[in-house]
Amino acid sequence: MDASRRRFLHSTGGLALGFAVAPGALLGVVDARAGENGLTANAWVHITPQGAVVIACPTSEMGQGILTSLPLLLAEELDADWSRVHPVQAPADAAFINPVHFKSQGVGGSRSLRGYWLPMRLAGAQARRILLVNAAARWSVPVGELATEPGRVVHRSSGRALGYGEIAAFATVPANLPQVTEADLKPRAQWRLIGKDVPRVEVPAKVRGAAVFGIDVQLPGMLYASILRPPVAATPHPQFAPGIGIPPARVDDRAALAIEGVVRVVPLDHGVAVVGTDYWATVLGKRALRVEWQQGAKAERYDSDAVAKDFAAILRDPARKGEMRSAGDPETAFKGAASVVAAEYFNDHVYHAAMEPLNATAWVRGDEVDLWSPTQGQTWSQEVAAKAAGTTPDKVRVHTTLLGGGFGLKTEQLTTAQAVGLAQLMGKPVKVIWSREDDVQQGAYRPLVAQRVEAALAADGRVVGWRHRLVADSVALRARRSQWDSVKGYDVVVMSGAATAYAIPHKLHEYVHEDRGIPLGYWNANGAGFTKFAGESFVDELAAKLGRDPLDLRLELIGTGRGRLVLETVAEMADWRRARSGRGLGLAYYDGGEWACHCAQVAEVSVDRASGAITVHKIWAAVDAGIAVQPAHLGQQIETGIVWGLGAALRERITIKGGVVQQSNFTDYLVTRMYEMPEIEVKLVSGAEAISGGGQIGVAPVAPAIANALARLTGARVRELPMLPERVLAALRTAA
Amino acid sequence: MPEKITVSFKVNGAPQSVRAFPDTPLLWVLREQLKLTGTKYGCGVAMCGSCTVHVDGQPSFSCQQQIQHVRGRSVTTIEGLSPDASHPVQRAWVAEQVPQCGYCQSGQIMRAAALLKTNPQPTRAAIVREMSFNLCRCASYKRIVAAVERAARER
Repeated sequence: MDASRRRFLHSTGGLALGFAVAPGALLGVVDARAGENGLTANAWVHITPQGAVVIACPTSEMGQGILTSLPLLLAEELDADWSRVHPVQAPADAAFINPVHFKSQGVGGSRSLRGYWLPMRLAGAQARRILLVNAAARWSVPVGELATEPGRVVHRSSGRALGYGEIAAFATVPANLPQVTEADLKPRAQWRLIGKDVPRVEVPAKVRGAAVFGIDVQLPGMLYASILRPPVAATPHPQFAPGIGIPPARVDDRAALAIEGVVRVVPLDHGVAVVGTDYWATVLGKRALRVEWQQGAKAERYDSDAVAKDFAAILRDPARKGEMRSAGDPETAFKGAASVVAAEYFNDHVYHAAMEPLNATAWVRGDEVDLWSPTQGQTWSQEVAAKAAGTTPDKVRVHTTLLGGGFGLKTEQLTTAQAVGLAQLMGKPVKVIWSREDDVQQGAYRPLVAQRVEAALAADGRVVGWRHRLVADSVALRARRSQWDSVKGYDVVVMSGAATAYAIPHKLHEYVHEDRGIPLGYWNANGAGFTKFAGESFVDELAAKLGRDPLDLRLELIGTGRGRLVLETVAEMADWRRARSGRGLGLAYYDGGEWACHCAQVAEVSVDRASGAITVHKIWAAVDAGIAVQPAHLGQQIETGIVWGLGAALRERITIKGGVVQQSNFTDYLVTRMYEMPEIEVKLVSGAEAISGGGQIGVAPVAPAIANALARLTGARVRELPMLPERVLAALRTAA
Repeated sequence: MPEKITVSFKVNGAPQSVRAFPDTPLLWVLREQLKLTGTKYGCGVAMCGSCTVHVDGQPSFSCQQQIQHVRGRSVTTIEGLSPDASHPVQRAWVAEQVPQCGYCQSGQIMRAAALLKTNPQPTRAAIVREMSFNLCRCASYKRIVAAVERAARER
């Protein structure tokens, strides 16, 4: 049967959902797998006559297990036999847009499960209805007498059964498609798959070395390209207007072109490309280039140490007003306060360090573009590739590969335009590979930030007011102009995690924007990585001032909020009230903001008072994700986040002088190794029957938990990330 | 001006002959000329271990092995570790569901396999010492340790 070009629309409580069959997209995959037709129920699922169930995964697999957990949602409602399910990567198509992610197809912001939770279960339920209707017609019985078991429709009263493949062989899609609404979905008690761990579908290929990442793509006649960067880190984001990049003023490419295998040297708006027949030739060519760069980029004046001092001065300047969000009447609360407590916090830039450096492969034929990319954003890949090739997004086929880590940087499309532009110029497929040094020095970093948190206290010690003021350059402005415009200058990426979850009646959050021209981007947990360092360190500082136990104070401030469960759980896990000799315990909590995923952590630390080096012995984490679709994946993600939090808390930093990034590789950007791992214990609890975003929740509580542990152990309060030994020593001296 | 040379060596048991600049890292020859892309580029400076292969049975950063020094030697990559992913380390990696993004895992598996060859029953400390050569940004370290221990048990 041919169901292509049909578009099924139905509504669920006002939410209209369209399932489009994309001709030649998913069907192409199915043909390759099954070799013959079957039932294409909608854009998401195809059943072969042999009973294989091919389910489209709309977003990218970057280690979070999404290639398993999203198709599993559909399989649940389809009542598919999981052993017959084949998840495939969906093409870029409007059918696969994530309704909560910029109305685009892509992965970020821990939005995949939240965005696709309903559409993919509805798609599964819809496909199941089609199977039921067809079986009922075949048997001439009412649909109501039929039920499904994994992979088959059964008619219990007559003892008959038909496998899904058998039905797919004769099935037609009814003209009037049965309406499926949220009310038709299985109640939780009937879930066979959701909440029960299954092995990840792509793990066997990863263990054989057969998994294809972006950097592994091979095409006939393919050329390779390396990019010589200007030394100043002013990456022109592809979404930006031209003019921000640093083009070469003069290029001497004679020595490069003399190297066997170097085919062409191409000056770019930002950098110089060396195109060759193999990667090593392009590396040698790049080394042989002599380039003078145009001067005058704003970022040339960027010294991170000086900028930190500038931001601190701006933070303290009452004349500088930022964009504000408030609740209650904070001004009156602070005016009438019996006392005000305040503290300032700072952090350096950090870098992503995904193991797979940025790369992309393009092939441009006429006005058609094929892009193979480890992309976090299919829609954005299409847009950037179309702009680079002078065509329209519908002419761009995005082949999403596996991602060797994403962590935000692979949303940025930094290599997409380079690959498409060079492929168009060369008339052949071109793969652009950034070296590790390119990836470190021309990335899009987490912002350098200055923050002040203040509390207004009543005479009896109650916290009646809360102010959190932050000075930073903007991520949204740099990475996604439309996001910046939509939030009218209140950078929600930088300010994520700033909103306190505590029941404080009067609150003010303020973002002061300083545009210094440095490339910034989305980073694991975004702003929460530093806003929670400030907010949760500050709660402990308050507790110390008030002579309260930090757990007791948090439980009082959280009131009846959902965070109580994780706070009480982690306290029990860590045996919070038991003192440890020579070691301190510190607590921190994050409500997850829009992720609706709560996490409390306790860190157990000691410190070498001679060197200032902190050792983290153990981290306990209690996580309330509501519904955990794949609990073991979630546990892994929490651990990943904790180790990211640990790196940014203790050691990871990018420093910049004259716009030049001072670090270059894993020699001086120090990622946590196995021997440095603390013991980690994660416990999942469920405080609500709701889906959430759990991918990044582990990151933010780590740094404040460590700082709080150090303060309780020594009295020394470190208010700067990373907590380098010299900063710890300075805090120890102040405390003494 | 560098001149390309021809180098003959064995890869996964089969003789190969390639033409390349003498300083070309074995990594890129494996990936581009021999299409063995399971071995990964991560840093190019022997700091991450994603490129780990066996050269004459020893674990080696293929990003540091210049092709001129591989002449006559025997290289094993992840694709040649076993014909059907049945090596005890690969089986343990599946059983423990180690990989997340998976990019570093070929290198991790090759290093673990080499470790178990010389030390079939390594202590926890020996595992951590050896495996600390290899970075995993997803921090799958806990599962790596569990998988190496399982492989030692079940080989």
